[in-house]
Amino acid sequence: MSAERHEYDVIVLGTGGSGLRAAIAAAEAGARTAVVCKCLLGKAHTVMAEGGVAASLGNVDPADGWETHFQDTMFGGKYLNNWRMAELHAREAPDRVQELERWGAVFDRTPERKMSQRAFGGHTYRRLVHIGDRTGLELIRTLQDKAVHSGIDVFMETIVTRLVKDGDRVTGMFGYHYATGAQVAFACRSLVLATGGGGRIWRVTSNSQDCTADGHALAYEAGADMVDMEFVQFHPTGMVWPPGVAGLLVTEAVRGEGGILRNSEGERFMERYDPKRMELSTRDVVARSIYTEVKEGRGSPHGGVFLDVSHLDPAYVKMRLPSMYDQFYELAGVDITKGPMEIGPTCHYFMGGIRVDAETGQTIVPGLFATGECSGGMNGANRLGGNSLSDLLVFGRRAGTSAAQAASDAPAPRLPEAELALAAAELGGFLTGDGLTGPAEDPYRLHRELQTVMGDGVGIFRDEAGLETAIGRLHELEARAANLRAPSARLDYNPGWRLCREVRNMITVSLQIARAALMRAESRGAHSRLDHPRYDDYWSEHNILICGDGGEMTLEARPVVTSDELTELVEARQEAERV
Amino acid sequence: MSTDGAQTPIADQTGEATTRTLHIWRGDLTDGGLVEFEVETAPGMVVLDAVLEVQRSQAPDLAVRWNCKAAKCGSCSAEVNGRPSLMCKTRLDHLPEGEPITVEPLHAFPVIRDLVTDVSWNYEVNKKIAPFTPKPDADWLIGQEDADRMSEFRKCIECFMCQDVCHILRNHRMHDRYFGPRFLIRLASLEMHPLDDLDRIDQISGEAGIALCNITKCCTEVCPEGIHITDNAIIPLKERVVDRRFDPLFRLLHRRPR
Amino acid sequence: MTTQAASTPPAARRTGTPPLGATMRRDRWWLQPVLIATGLTLFGIYSIVVAALNTDYDYLKGGARYLSPFYSPDLRSLFGLHIPFTYAFFVIWAPLGLRTTCYYYRKAYYRSFFLMPPACAVAGRPRAAGRYTGESRLPFILQNVHRFFFYFATIVLGFLWYDAIRAFFYHTPTGTRFGIGLGGVVMVVNVVLLSAFTFGCNSFRHLIGGRLDCFTCSASARARHGAWKKVSVLNGHHQLYAWLSLISVGVTDLYIRLACAGVFTDPHHIF
Ligand SMILES: Cc1cc2nc3c(=O)[nH]c(=O)nc-3n(C[C@H](O)[C@H](O)[C@H](O)COP(=O)(O)OP(=O)(O)OC[C@H]3O[C@@H](n4cnc5c(N)ncnc54)[C@H](O)[C@@H]3O)c2cc1C
Ligand code: SF4
Ligand code: SF4
Ligand code: FES
Repeated sequence: MSAERHEYDVIVLGTGGSGLRAAIAAAEAGARTAVVCKCLLGKAHTVMAEGGVAASLGNVDPADGWETHFQDTMFGGKYLNNWRMAELHAREAPDRVQELERWGAVFDRTPERKMSQRAFGGHTYRRLVHIGDRTGLELIRTLQDKAVHSGIDVFMETIVTRLVKDGDRVTGMFGYHYATGAQVAFACRSLVLATGGGGRIWRVTSNSQDCTADGHALAYEAGADMVDMEFVQFHPTGMVWPPGVAGLLVTEAVRGEGGILRNSEGERFMERYDPKRMELSTRDVVARSIYTEVKEGRGSPHGGVFLDVSHLDPAYVKMRLPSMYDQFYELAGVDITKGPMEIGPTCHYFMGGIRVDAETGQTIVPGLFATGECSGGMNGANRLGGNSLSDLLVFGRRAGTSAAQAASDAPAPRLPEAELALAAAELGGFLTGDGLTGPAEDPYRLHRELQTVMGDGVGIFRDEAGLETAIGRLHELEARAANLRAPSARLDYNPGWRLCREVRNMITVSLQIARAALMRAESRGAHSRLDHPRYDDYWSEHNILICGDGGEMTLEARPVVTSDELTELVEARQEAERV
Repeated sequence: MSTDGAQTPIADQTGEATTRTLHIWRGDLTDGGLVEFEVETAPGMVVLDAVLEVQRSQAPDLAVRWNCKAAKCGSCSAEVNGRPSLMCKTRLDHLPEGEPITVEPLHAFPVIRDLVTDVSWNYEVNKKIAPFTPKPDADWLIGQEDADRMSEFRKCIECFMCQDVCHILRNHRMHDRYFGPRFLIRLASLEMHPLDDLDRIDQISGEAGIALCNITKCCTEVCPEGIHITDNAIIPLKERVVDRRFDPLFRLLHRRPR
Repeated sequence: MTTQAASTPPAARRTGTPPLGATMRRDRWWLQPVLIATGLTLFGIYSIVVAALNTDYDYLKGGARYLSPFYSPDLRSLFGLHIPFTYAFFVIWAPLGLRTTCYYYRKAYYRSFFLMPPACAVAGRPRAAGRYTGESRLPFILQNVHRFFFYFATIVLGFLWYDAIRAFFYHTPTGTRFGIGLGGVVMVVNVVLLSAFTFGCNSFRHLIGGRLDCFTCSASARARHGAWKKVSVLNGHHQLYAWLSLISVGVTDLYIRLACAGVFTDPHHIF
């Protein structure tokens, strides 16, 4: 095998917030570290994050503290969260955010010149540290600059298609340079997956092109197990028109700043669904409410509802929501200071993901760590806005540090030639058609069909029949995916080639989602079963784990990871919600 | 509240199928030229939609870089009808009707293939800029006024279109002597940070090459984030260089305590 | 799908500098440089001619006193300067220098006269590799003296204010009396526009507050930030005021010149 080779102590796959934070931590711990990503540095999905990063600094509402943040997160996640993760997250988020400022991040300020914090759905206090509506960009740029000066090597536009194992242990990964098609193998003592989510499985999504659930699939194939895959967050407010931008996110900050939701009859319909929190109810509730309004014929002309900030001072709107103003003005021809936006739910975030140890981000596979959106457990059945960026920082750092520590005890990584040959054959097969057993399948077409299947059967509302049909069709797609072939045989910058492996990943992960959704016979958080509209006592204490050892996908219900020290806090909140 | 009349009329809102002609530059470092494609348009379609449609249905190996499709990541920069533009933010119906639309890769950087260029030079330049280095006694109190000034520069999505349009790089190809507007605003955001401890003027007037900029403002004209690159970053930095290097009076009055 | 012959690959553009005017832009990008070049040339010729003429710049009829902005301050009475030729050149170097080194005008003439570049994404005058020096060498390194022209031009501006106010005080047999004449109004408009231009100067914006790294660290910093904000507003319209004040200077001079020559009488009312 003549592929280009690299060796590091720690390799991080992904340059979103979690990947960069992990790499910085690993480098600080003394590990020789590299990051690898499909995109260019600084352009990962995280740049799109708008609203803010949740941390109970208490700058605006001094009553806030980690306990309340923990309780809010648990309540938002409908108590399926890994308690310990939710605790660590709430405890450490303030430090992580302050550290960003030490590294040069600039956030909006209070009159006392401290970091300002804004209200967001499901957060008891004003908690989201932000800068305008481009907080993700600030986070990425800050981490990017920190990483660049931490002696981390960066491999951009390098697509990883397989993890390489030596026996039980992950020792590296295999991929290719997008620009040339040249194959490359990476060997490492610890590998951190930070590959983000998989929103591209749905047609209407706020996610960027990179979000094809690669990390989920790669880890699963390498023997890691998944948790909470049935929980996919549909953000209530995405653009619905024009068609080219359908799904593009309208930040929750619009509601945080006082935006009002109305149906085509002009009614403020949230009064009927959640009179207490209204527009700032949790995302699952708002998304379902909007969906219901549209379904019952009270939608806007393009199949959404109206979100209005035109009652606010135009100058204020332009100052606080500048990129929303631009987005609607440029793309939809709507001046949001004058008229309402048309919005509808859009696929946004994977609560579920690779199961990891709360403290270290270690998966059940030796040598393999995961962090960020591709890992699961922290958010339970539903994520609160702003809790992802803080999650990236808290667990990115933990994963990076632990990966570096583990690397110092790990054996020198070996990349078995047989594994590399297998990976190379798979990748090459997409180009040459070697090993196809039937007519070649076009990746663009298969992707669209997948999106249709998932949109039809595994959307916001689900039921048994729909899920079963979807699973049947997914198995068909899975079989056809064995014959994926890129429409062009070029090596350099060939988008169809790249999509082949991505489509395969997405099908694998779609099956996990659909099967877990079928198994969870209740409605909870982001998972709504029309045939099981209520909470179920058994399921309220169990997560669904998925593992694929031996090629067979098996699902298992396992009790939620609780913690005695936190019982009091959790029970206090449950009590409060009951009254 | 009334909900009608909110949507301003847009040319083809009726949804009638129309087609547009695209002239897309295809090729690599050795050779290339414009290739003509027809695409069916949909309401509100942007150039990137059209290019991806060509990729899907007519030229599956067409190379194009994009990621967010929301004007937030700065990946999809290209030259549309001769002007640097984000393809995902440029609507077809804002371009002159009845004329073909030309789409070319950025000119200031080596082309990899088709619409994709090698922008790695920018990352090399960025490495030369020392990171934010807080004052040892920093109290971490920053006023909104200070945050506002810095955050204008920090809005940059690194689309590198300002670098592309800047004649120093584009025409004179002085990549070895000029950092370009993108990195002058980066330097500005650090130089003007109330808590940054480093003196950056020597780098700004030295290897960054600010004196090469003749403030012709093309960078500002193309910036998709509306950053006032020249007025708020480059000119103020030039003035700071004058303080240091060309103004004896100023030096006399503001002798730094040693 | 057809390949068009007419296009150059970007790769080819990189070897050697592209020819003047090379662009894929199809709008009328040349219009702006042409208009600007015309405007600046006309004003340049007008001001040199007017300054050289040494006549018709001091309107003294009907008790009024209107002094042309090209001849202010009046060095004759100020320093008892008596020379047989025009003194205007001893005056106008300051405002002219301010404009010549002004960041806006630099942009305007670099584009329209020096074609570097004539418009955005349009190739400028070709040069041998590395021969472009921008403002790092003579002559353009001299632009760095801009702030000194600002100081001097501000002094001249003070005199223009003095002239404009004086234009409302008429010498009558019964002493100095207040009056309003059209010439006075023209002079006030002119000096207001000139002030809007001058105090929108980038150097001034820097000196008044821009050079601070912290706007909020002390009461004086906050005050200077307030001033900087106001200057920034003017600075945001620097191009507009640059042109309006250029026109108003010409118009003011022309008004006084024609009135002196007796083409019309200045309408006025003395109270
Ligand atoms: C529009 C929008 C707004 C949001 N706003 C907020 C908010 O206000 N607050 C908040 O907390 N959260 C927000 N989120 C959610 C949050 O941004 C994401 O959950 C988070 O950024 C995910 O970060 P990550 O580090 O896990 O991965 P990502 O940022 O998704 O990065 C994934 C990385 O992995 C790389 N990668 C993936 N697969 C491969 C492969 N096979 N080979 C090589 N590289 C690969 C990619 O190139 C990329 O670099 C928002 C999300 C969206 C879409
Ligand atoms: S103003 Fe300066 S940096 Fe901007 S394009 Fe012109 S020469 Fe380049
Ligand atoms: S300054 Fe503006 S044009 Fe330049 S890279 Fe940043 S966003 Fe793009
Ligand atoms: S695709 Fe991200 S800016 Fe266009």
